[in-house]
Amino acid sequence: MSQSETANPPAEQLPTAMDRVRLARDPQRPGTLDYIAGLIDNFVELHGDRVFGDDQALIGGIGEFNGRSVMILGHQGGTNTRENLIRNFGMPRPEGYRKARRLMHMAGKFGMPILTFVDTSGADPGVGSEERGQGTAIAECLLEMIGEPVPIVVTIIGEGGSGGALAISLGDRLLMLENAVYAVASPEACASILWKDSGRAADAAATMRITAADLDRFGMIDELIPEEVPAHKAPHDTIKRVGEKIAGHLDQLTSSFDPDAPHAIEQLLNARHDRFRRLGAWTTTGDV
Amino acid sequence: MRNLLQGRGKFRPKSQDDHREENAIPEDLWVKCPKCGEVLYSKELANNAEVCPKCGHHFRITARQRIALLTDNGSFEEWDTDLRPDDPLEFVDLQGPYPNKIRSAEKKSGEHESLVTGLATLKQRRYVLIVAEFNFLGASMGSVWGEKLTRAVERAIERELPVLTVNASGGARMHEGVFSLMQMAKTVSAFERLGRARLPHFSLLVDPCYGGVTASYATVADIILAEPGAMIGFAGQRVIEQVTRQKLPEGFQTAEFLFEHGMLDLIVDRNNLPAMLLNLIDHHQRLSRSPVTTRIEQAATNGLAPAEPVATSGRKEPAS
Repeated sequence: MSQSETANPPAEQLPTAMDRVRLARDPQRPGTLDYIAGLIDNFVELHGDRVFGDDQALIGGIGEFNGRSVMILGHQGGTNTRENLIRNFGMPRPEGYRKARRLMHMAGKFGMPILTFVDTSGADPGVGSEERGQGTAIAECLLEMIGEPVPIVVTIIGEGGSGGALAISLGDRLLMLENAVYAVASPEACASILWKDSGRAADAAATMRITAADLDRFGMIDELIPEEVPAHKAPHDTIKRVGEKIAGHLDQLTSSFDPDAPHAIEQLLNARHDRFRRLGAWTTTGDV
Repeated sequence: MRNLLQGRGKFRPKSQDDHREENAIPEDLWVKCPKCGEVLYSKELANNAEVCPKCGHHFRITARQRIALLTDNGSFEEWDTDLRPDDPLEFVDLQGPYPNKIRSAEKKSGEHESLVTGLATLKQRRYVLIVAEFNFLGASMGSVWGEKLTRAVERAIERELPVLTVNASGGARMHEGVFSLMQMAKTVSAFERLGRARLPHFSLLVDPCYGGVTASYATVADIILAEPGAMIGFAGQRVIEQVTRQKLPEGFQTAEFLFEHGMLDLIVDRNNLPAMLLNLIDHHQRLSRSPVTTRIEQAATNGLAPAEPVATSGRKEPAS
C-alpha cells in the first residue's frame, strides 16, 4: 500500500484467511502420521471401535514422547487418491470417534497424558455415518474428553473443521500452527449458506475469523506456533518446533499434576471446564 | 392433556415453516395437513397440541407453545431474559450486518434468542426446562444459547432438579463463527457436571434437529426421546447428496429411522409427552432417595467400587 510503511510488512504481503485455508489443506503439509514419526518412539497403533469397524481417518495409539508414555490421537487424510480412499479424505466416520473415545478412556484408566493432532475438513457426511449415529459418536467423544482425568494437549496442525475437529480438541492446552485454521464450518459451506454461492469462499473465510491470529485474539488458544516458512516447505523444522512446544506445555501440566494427590484430578477437570465455561460473546440489557 | 393448550392466546397456528403459507386459508381458521391433506379447523388442531387428528402429523410449535404444554398454567419462571447476542466477528453477509439479522429474527419470533430456559412446574414436580425456538434464526446455537443453557444446568445442580431439553436446531450460528462451535464444548461440559451430580437429563428431539446440537449435549442425555416424524441428523440432506452423490434411503433421518438404528430410547406422541415426563421424573426422584443410590454414592466418595453386589431390596438401611 503506502511506501512509508517500514515498521510492519505491507498488508498485501500477509496471507489472507483464504491463503491460510489453502496452506492448511496443502496435501504435502505434515499430518498426524508425520508428527508421530518425528516425535514419538515405540508407537503402537491401536485399531477399532469394538462396535463396527476401524476408521483410518482418525488414528490413535500408545507411544513414547520425551520419555513418557502417552496416548496419541489425530486425524489423517491422504496425499493421493488411493490413500484418500482409505482415509476418507481425513473425514472420520462414527467408528473413528468411538475409537477415539475408547482410547481416551484407556488413557484415563492408566494415567497416560493425551496428545491430539487436529487436521480434518470435518466429520464424514455420508448416509452410513448418519445411520450409525455420527452426531451421537461426536457428542460421546466430547463428553468423554471433558471428563478425562489426565492432562491433554491439543495441537491444530492443519484444518480444524467444525464438530469433527472439536471432538478431539477439548484439552487443557490448545496450540495452533500459524497457518492452521479452526472454524465452525468450511468457508465453502458458509459461503453457500449465507452468500448462496460457494464461490464466495474467500469472503466467507475472511468474515468468519478462522486464522490462528484471530483465535489468539479471542483468547481461545494458549500458543500460536509461528511458521516462518509454511509447514509443507519445512516439515522437519515445523515438526521439531511443535514437539518442543508440546513438551513445554505437557511438562507444565504434569509437574503441577500428581494423580495421587488429593483433589489433583478435580483441579485439572475444573480448570478444563472453566476454559470452555467462559467462551462466548453476549451482552445484557440490564433489565430482567 | 388435550386441554392443557386451550385458552392461550399464543397458541394460534403460525404460517411459517410448516408449508402452511401455500395451504393457509384466510385468517388461519382452517389449516390443511401437509401429510394427509385433511382440512382441519385450527381450533381443533390447537386443542390436539397441534397434532393432526386424522393422521398424527406433528406440526412444528413455538417454544412458548411447548412450555404451555409442559408446565402448569402460568407457573413457568423464565431465566436470563436479559441476555442478547453480541457480534464478536462484526459479521456482514449478503443480507447485511448480523445485528440487523437479529432484529428481524426478533420481529419474526417474538423472542430475543433461539433458546428459552427456566424453572418449570408440572403437577407439583419441579424441573428445569430448556426449549429451542426454531423461528429465531433457525434455532441456530450461538453464545447466548450456550450461556443460557449452562446457567440453567448450573441452577439445576444447585437445586437438585432434573433437566428436560427440547431440541430443534438448524445447526451452528455461522455469524458467531468459532464462538458458536465452542458452545458444543460448553454445553457438553455443563451436562457432564449434571451427570456427576447424578441428576437426570432428558432430551427431546423435535423437528428439525441438526448439526452442532445433535453432535453435542442433545445426544448424550440419559434418556433421548423424539417426536414422531421429526427430522434428525448431523449433516443436512442437501450436504449429504452434494458430497456423496448417494441416494438417500426411504425415511432417512426421520425419528422412526433413528429409532430403528438404535439412536433413540422412545418416540413419544406430543399428547403423551406430559405424562411421559412425569413418569420419568418420578422414577428418578424415587431412585435418588433410595438406599441403593446412597451406597453407590458413598462408594464413589470413598473412591471405591461397592465391595459386594449392591442390594436391590431398597429396604435395608445403608451403613453409615
